[in-house]
Amino acid sequence: MINLTINGQKVQVEDGATILEAAQKADIHIPTLCYLAEVQAIGACRVCLVEIEGNRNLQASCVFPASEGLVVNTNNDRVRKARKFAVEMLISNHPMECLACARNLNCELQGLAEELGIREVRFRGEQSEGRIDDLSPSIRRDQNKCILCRRCVTVCKEIQGVSAIFTQGRGFETRVEPAFDASLNDVACAMCGQCTVVCPVGAITEKENIEDVWGALADPTKIVAIQDAPAVRAALGEEFGFAPGALVTGKMLAAVRKLGFDLVFDTNFAADLTIIEEGNELLKRVKEGGTLPLITSCSPGWIKFIEHFYPEMLPHLSTCKSPHQMLGALTKTYYAQKAGIDPKDMVVISVMPCTAKKFECNRPEMTDSGFKDVDYVITTRELAKMIKQAGIDFASLENGSYDDPLGEYTGAGTIFGATGGVMEAALRTAYEVATGKTLDNVEFMAVRGLQGIKEATIPIEGIGDVKVAVAHGLGNARKLLESIKAGTQYHFIEIMACPGGCVSGGGQPIPVDNEIRRLRAEALYQEDRSLGLRKSHQNPSITKIYEEFLGTPLGEKSHHLLHTKYTARGVYKED
Amino acid sequence: MDGEHQCLCAQKSEEELYPELDKIIDEHRGKPEDLIMVLHKAQNLFGYLPKKVQEKVALGLNVSLNEVYGVITFYAFFTTVPKGRHSIRVCLGTACYVRGGQGVIEKIKKDLGIKVGGTTEDRRYSLDVVRCIGACGLAPAMLINDDVYARTKPAKLTEILEKYE
Repeated sequence: MINLTINGQKVQVEDGATILEAAQKADIHIPTLCYLAEVQAIGACRVCLVEIEGNRNLQASCVFPASEGLVVNTNNDRVRKARKFAVEMLISNHPMECLACARNLNCELQGLAEELGIREVRFRGEQSEGRIDDLSPSIRRDQNKCILCRRCVTVCKEIQGVSAIFTQGRGFETRVEPAFDASLNDVACAMCGQCTVVCPVGAITEKENIEDVWGALADPTKIVAIQDAPAVRAALGEEFGFAPGALVTGKMLAAVRKLGFDLVFDTNFAADLTIIEEGNELLKRVKEGGTLPLITSCSPGWIKFIEHFYPEMLPHLSTCKSPHQMLGALTKTYYAQKAGIDPKDMVVISVMPCTAKKFECNRPEMTDSGFKDVDYVITTRELAKMIKQAGIDFASLENGSYDDPLGEYTGAGTIFGATGGVMEAALRTAYEVATGKTLDNVEFMAVRGLQGIKEATIPIEGIGDVKVAVAHGLGNARKLLESIKAGTQYHFIEIMACPGGCVSGGGQPIPVDNEIRRLRAEALYQEDRSLGLRKSHQNPSITKIYEEFLGTPLGEKSHHLLHTKYTARGVYKED
Repeated sequence: MDGEHQCLCAQKSEEELYPELDKIIDEHRGKPEDLIMVLHKAQNLFGYLPKKVQEKVALGLNVSLNEVYGVITFYAFFTTVPKGRHSIRVCLGTACYVRGGQGVIEKIKKDLGIKVGGTTEDRRYSLDVVRCIGACGLAPAMLINDDVYARTKPAKLTEILEKYE
């Protein structure tokens, strides 16, 4: 342990801790900007400067190691002036368009300007010229707003192992973008949106579809259906002042009714359906000697990643569409027939924790209903904005409910939103289907939690030992794929593109860290425990849809509406 | 760096150089930390770093193309445009700047129709800026290949450039 003094206060920290970490431990606030816990500490922005006795210059506390006997001052005139100057310099090259910015009121630069008491813009000079890249259906980049903190570069390279963007050029001409001025739409980008979550300002955001949704709702000729992914209910509350981990399913349902949606369905229903289809696909591959391990396909960021970087492994993917695409196809076929609605008059909106789903719903394959199966995807953040635009007092809403039959779900469906959740849901059903026995303890703790790669061996009578693995974050996915290529044997693998799974997806409320990831996941496990039915095959609406419409799992209709194919893309775009 | 900056592009066609690039990459395969060294060697070979070379280096060293391009655009030494047969380097060190180096550059840019860092379409000339060549007493100074031009006057430039075929 190391003993040091910060602002006259004695602090004890572990070896290897930085001054910033020591201060945090002592509840002493040091402002930061380029620093991001669990992602990056590079001391680039000079906002976290502190004075250290015996050091002539102020030091960046995010990278300066604590050492025995150090005397640190985080709050004196010299330090405050230096921090303020650093932020003033950033502001001198930042467009002051806060009023029209997607990150207005949730911008770290704006917050720092307030915190440091900046009341005038002292330095007005040349501003670097950036461009706006809005060709990607998922992610919009406004280079003019970039403050070059490099968090996006680091999360994309180090956490996701993608490196779709990098700093180009130097000095005043530096910009963060792909090589050769390419659009993000034209490079090997997974569209996971983790860059949008770590960006402290409005330089990288999701491509908003809010106006498209308002347009559909305003059109009297349209029946507008909405569906919410499991992870949305575990995080939406944060946009309205609820603590991370607040489960707001009921309020969310009430809010979307007030927004004017005609039909309120739940992606969780299709999550249950995915388990039936994917479970049967797994059993079929095991029996018939198909490609193993089978790898889940719910996460479109993961799909785009494997299409770019491991196209030779595409046969491992489940052919199941992601749950919201299944539900979109069923809304415009099964439900439309049942309700006597012409599907051409239907608009399906998906609220997703995800930016990659925006890309996914525009894939040419996703039109099996004869129409675009899902018309627009909005993120959790966008839904929150719509609720605010509509003047709805979210906190005071009474609980609302789903519409039948595409709204009913089990606990297995809801845990899809956390890393390991799809695997756990699949194991609950696989066990009972394969053995014909009741599974008493439905909680598979080995696949829960934030460890990068989780492995388990589950003995199932009649099949033997089933070896499974779970990876979250594309960097971990890459490691797992390399391990498979090197010969490690598994039967079934779950991969989610985002660290922590969908609960901390690219479209979720900002900020996020491991503690918030854990709390959001816990909210879903809490909902799971609260539900009477916790196994997908017990969902009565699932039984009914097979009887009334789909026939059998992997049958003709399922094949047509619920399954898809993939595209080998490679790393470079052909010229 | 091994020896002088010497490109072989004049003797061999670009296509013929790729097997040699493959050899260089093979020595550093899967080693992202060797990126700058490999880019140096590749630029010595080709005289510049075309997109295809960058792509091959990126794949070989297991670095993303976006990062490779980032490194190339960071260091002034690396160039993504082929150099001309004659390299014009205009000094913009303090003395040359004060005595009109910028005017020399503007005139050359206008005459040749290229930017600083650019190469004419016929690959006859390329134009770069250097910061002080130690000839401050002769400011504004300019180098064409190894020839030093002292007290350069924009009006004389057209005549000077024509000497270099």
